[in-house]
Amino acid sequence: MSTDTGYNFAYLDEQTKRMIRRAILKAIAVPGYQVPFASREMPMPYGWGTGGVQVTASVITRDDTLKVIDQGSDDTTNAVSIRKFFAKTAGVATTDRTTEASVIQTRHRIPETPLKASQIIVYQVPIPEPLRFLEPRETETRRMHALEDYGLMHVKLYEDIARHGHIATTYAYPVRVNDRYVSDPSPTPKFDNPKMDNCPALQLFGAGREKRIYAIPPYTKVQSLDFDDHPFEVQTWEQDCALCGADDTFLDEVITDDRGGRMFVCSDSDYCRERRDGGHVGAQSPEAAE
Amino acid sequence: MTDFSNAQPLLRADRVTRTFGRIVGCADVSLDLYPGEVLGIVGESGSGKSTLLRCLFAADTPDSGTVAYTLRHGETRNVHTMLDAERRMLMRTDWAFVHQNPRDGLRMHVSAGGNVGERLMATGERHYGNIRATAGEWLDKVEIADERIDDLPVTFSGGMQQRLQIARNLVTRPRLAFMDEPTGGLDVSVQARLLDLLRGLVSDLGLAAIVVTHDLAVARHLSHRLMVMKQGRVVETGLTDQVLDDPQHPYSQLLVSSILRA
Repeated sequence: MSTDTGYNFAYLDEQTKRMIRRAILKAIAVPGYQVPFASREMPMPYGWGTGGVQVTASVITRDDTLKVIDQGSDDTTNAVSIRKFFAKTAGVATTDRTTEASVIQTRHRIPETPLKASQIIVYQVPIPEPLRFLEPRETETRRMHALEDYGLMHVKLYEDIARHGHIATTYAYPVRVNDRYVSDPSPTPKFDNPKMDNCPALQLFGAGREKRIYAIPPYTKVQSLDFDDHPFEVQTWEQDCALCGADDTFLDEVITDDRGGRMFVCSDSDYCRERRDGGHVGAQSPEAAE
Repeated sequence: MTDFSNAQPLLRADRVTRTFGRIVGCADVSLDLYPGEVLGIVGESGSGKSTLLRCLFAADTPDSGTVAYTLRHGETRNVHTMLDAERRMLMRTDWAFVHQNPRDGLRMHVSAGGNVGERLMATGERHYGNIRATAGEWLDKVEIADERIDDLPVTFSGGMQQRLQIARNLVTRPRLAFMDEPTGGLDVSVQARLLDLLRGLVSDLGLAAIVVTHDLAVARHLSHRLMVMKQGRVVETGLTDQVLDDPQHPYSQLLVSSILRA
């Protein structure tokens, strides 16, 4: 299966991919459960998406089209280098467009364009254990998962409300998958949590350093934890996107000069471009200035 | 006094033995504890009090002997053979733990309200307002000022931490409390207040308790019955007043006569 670059298809050897696929199958069978796997050394440092890359390498085929995003953008260092990595080692087609991709590897965002049943989204996960900062012992957190002993998770949310008057957790907001396992949606903003619920696409999570894989199969119930009198809410902005005028997307604040100038733009660069191509105009787009 | 004659024991230990190699932790200890009853276990350090206590709430497994607990609906179960999940459920509903060092029983970096609310949330309470209101009531019961509800236990005095630990445990209205030197490390006046508080709570809630202590004054104040242990074995049991005022075993006599008179 080697390519003419001298690499085995998608970098990893076949035995490794087989091992990872087994872990993925188990993860899909037990939604939200963290499956240990023998994570390999990858030609990039831990924290740069080694888990996601291994999952992608194990599920990608020659016919796939790959999209890689980092913080919503296709053009950041991490996204560019991982896209090039697979273009070189697997020879697969790559794209910026969410609708054209069959495999999407992501860090920190879920695309604004709704995902389809034919797609797989692969998340890069730094710390897969949602209970880790509350309970440092792995033996204990595993037992807590096994016994569904999740009171502690709500203690954290309680503390948020007691201190800030509202649930101040804005990213890596814990979810309950399929009414069973509490899971970490990776450091995506909680804005993206509702997209995970009943999603038609297969969602795979890879944590390279922590050696864990977990999954949310298509059309699975994903519930963000909350209190009856403090229900889960996503972030909202007073501004619309300055480039495409969208009022329902996750916005990044961009500093434009050193005199306090700033603009808010869609973090999903592909979505924003598509809207602009479709004729949408924002307050600061070049067309509006003319 | 409560009438125990017809009741089924809440906790029954039968010839519990735990050894560590050649060292005897506790040997052949049997006891019955009835609902609402407070049993004191006294003895010098190293006499096996804590080992026995750990065996009773299944933190440790005895080499031989059984410990049976009667659940709320009347079924009696061996605490060492029940499922982990069942035992955990007991630990956050039916059982309370008061450790000598509050650091072992509290989450030091979670607010007082969060500490008290944890058991409620663990048993399914999902209404922030209710959790906070209940936490407030319990802080009041253990004489911690309302405005400290959002403060961290690290900012509390030793006595307050100990009272917070009690509130955190009693919030689910447990039926049985395990206390290991509940007043250890506190100064005398704070000890006295804590004892009064504990005694009030025990009688208000009808709570049964096993209190391990080396302090005979604590034992006299809290417990109905007393068990004296020496080198892992029970040397004398009886009503508290009886054991302390008229000790029969030479070791009990030594223990009683060793109290310093002020």
